[in-house]
Amino acid sequence: MMGALFKIRGGVHPDDRKHLTKDLAIEKIPMPPVLHLPLQQHIGAHAEPEVERGDKVLKGQVIARAKGMISAPVHAPTSGTILGLHSYHSPTASGLRWQTITMRPDGFDRWIRRAPPLDPLTCRPEEISRRVADCGVVGMGGATFPSAIKLNLGDRHKLEQLVINGSECEPYLTCDDRLMREKAAQVIDGARIMAHSIGVVQVIIAIEDNKPEAIAAMREAAADVPDTSVVTVPSHYPMGAEKQLIQTLTGKETPAGKLTADIGVVVHNAATALAVHDAVRHGKPLIDRVVTVSGGAVARPRNIQAPFGTPIFDLLEFCGGLKEEPEVILVGGPMMGQPIKSVHAPILKGTNGVLALTRAETASRQVMPCIRCAACVSACPMGLLPLDMAARVRKDELDSAVKIGLMDCISCGACSYVCPSNIPLVQYFNFAKGRLKAIDGEQRKQRLTRKLATLRLTRMEEQMRAKKEAFARRKAEQAEKAAQAAAAQPAAQSGAQEAVAQSGGSAETGAAEGGDRQ
Amino acid sequence: MLTAIAVLTGLGVVLGILLGVAAKYLSVEGNPLVKEIEDLLPGSQCGQCGFPGCGPAAEALANGKAPVTLCPPGGKAVASKLAAKLGVSVDLGEVEEKQPMVAFVNESLCIGCTRCFQQCPTDAFVGAPKHVHAVFGDICTGCGKCVEVCPTECIEMRPIQSTVQTWHWPKPAEPAKTAQSEPVT
Ligand code: SF4
Ligand code: SF4
Repeated sequence: MMGALFKIRGGVHPDDRKHLTKDLAIEKIPMPPVLHLPLQQHIGAHAEPEVERGDKVLKGQVIARAKGMISAPVHAPTSGTILGLHSYHSPTASGLRWQTITMRPDGFDRWIRRAPPLDPLTCRPEEISRRVADCGVVGMGGATFPSAIKLNLGDRHKLEQLVINGSECEPYLTCDDRLMREKAAQVIDGARIMAHSIGVVQVIIAIEDNKPEAIAAMREAAADVPDTSVVTVPSHYPMGAEKQLIQTLTGKETPAGKLTADIGVVVHNAATALAVHDAVRHGKPLIDRVVTVSGGAVARPRNIQAPFGTPIFDLLEFCGGLKEEPEVILVGGPMMGQPIKSVHAPILKGTNGVLALTRAETASRQVMPCIRCAACVSACPMGLLPLDMAARVRKDELDSAVKIGLMDCISCGACSYVCPSNIPLVQYFNFAKGRLKAIDGEQRKQRLTRKLATLRLTRMEEQMRAKKEAFARRKAEQAEKAAQAAAAQPAAQSGAQEAVAQSGGSAETGAAEGGDRQ
Repeated sequence: MLTAIAVLTGLGVVLGILLGVAAKYLSVEGNPLVKEIEDLLPGSQCGQCGFPGCGPAAEALANGKAPVTLCPPGGKAVASKLAAKLGVSVDLGEVEEKQPMVAFVNESLCIGCTRCFQQCPTDAFVGAPKHVHAVFGDICTGCGKCVEVCPTECIEMRPIQSTVQTWHWPKPAEPAKTAQSEPVT
């Protein structure tokens, strides 16, 4: 049913290094001694804690509630005791701490009463998206956008297709590959549930051609499912990027600054489809995931199913520890992953990989002048001019970099990867995008403070006027009193009276002036 | 000859009246440039430039009596906008990008005198007489006026800490000088 594939521009072919883990079945890690569950494991507003130190919680219990329009709740991955809410290491490049609920598992792994299964074919689409929201499901390919919101896109857009992204184009990572091989039927069921919720018929499951076993398994599982096809796409980085994947499958290009929904397509990750299946069919909230732990420095790379909050340290230990000092430890893939500062930081809903890379693998080489070879231009999947943009960012001309497309850059790193001069191109763009966001925040604050300052000025003027008027009134009253008194007194004393009135008057003027100065 | 004189005189009188009327009805209050410049300034009336507020600073700028780099909280962004507006060139390298700060009250020393409260141009202080004062960090512009008036020296300016959410990558370091003959242009 699918026609030929369409070619996309740009892209690179890094050594995929998936052989390290692709044939290793998913293994469950023993429950770690503590779990660290940050309130912000998704895009949007952080969750609001619902528990206190010492509380006993059950597996699947909500420990932090979603807050606001775009947010997601956090559930306890097992039963145990809450040790507290504190500031703890984040698995991010900043290495900063953030609000985290830490719990100690009790070893019994006792479930809370779960929500009853929903029958996706008879229930209304809103019921599905509500269940998905309640279960804390977010995009598990790394973007961590709350999935329920994407399931409601059908309300405002005319949608035609649901694409399940199983391309897993980042080198090293094999967690989605393993899921599709081991849980093909569940992934497809999840995809059909999502399609029903969005209101589309056609489901396309896209898998890169370097995963023949996953393709076979998914084809078999999808054989009797109507309107569901498995499509093999070429292994080509960044095939997994939404817009690139859609273009390959349909030939349709998503205009700059638009959503894929605007051209009628919604993309969900394969692991997210499984999470939706679990939520709808079993009432199981999102509490664990599969993580690929790999890299040259890891003794025995593995695909591990681990509860959220598992410290990266425990994952590495489960893999036999490190066999040599890594140059860097990343969460995510080697192209777009983030270097972390502490192995005590936990894995989150969006953590698909933990890579401990050796010096040989990271190959940080000396930066040289640009030779204007335009390799970066041909590599850029978004059709941008990385060398030009980087030059503008270097000169702090951020606005002019935006004019030539900075905001369309998806930070895929293809340009940095091909640059023969090792110019850190994508690093310039990440800096520039972060800086622009900060400037935006500053400007918002400035608009607010400008308003407050004006309000204050007008208030001060008001006060001043009120004070002056009060003085004037008092002065008039006193003058009147003096006049009355003068009228009542015999004429003989009028000279003395006048003197008194005058001195009183001058004293008041003095006071009024003093008031002005205040 | 006479008609020519008459016509010219007539013209002169009519145009003169027109000009006079135009001057009266089309005149602009103050200098429009001052208003435009004031809109570019932060408007928080912090006085860090040495002028009593953004209005007087804008006036000085319009009259060429102050450099476009005068506004410390505005940093490079404001300096370059001012330079563009006034048509002057500016070396942005000279402009020091001040790290954003907020006031912090050491509560154990605060005697609740309300002086900081009266000084703050954006009403960022919460407090009442004899009560410990505190600062709303989100509307404190970091101007430091409160620090000067506090009798117990309990206010200090602290740099705004970045959080996981606000942190961003620093600019990549420039390549070593030897390797750099204008690398990317
Ligand atoms: S990182 Fe940005 S500029 Fe570089 S190739 Fe990817 S999209 Fe293009
Ligand atoms: S790939 Fe590198 S050297 Fe080639 S043009 Fe781009 S920035 Fe310059």
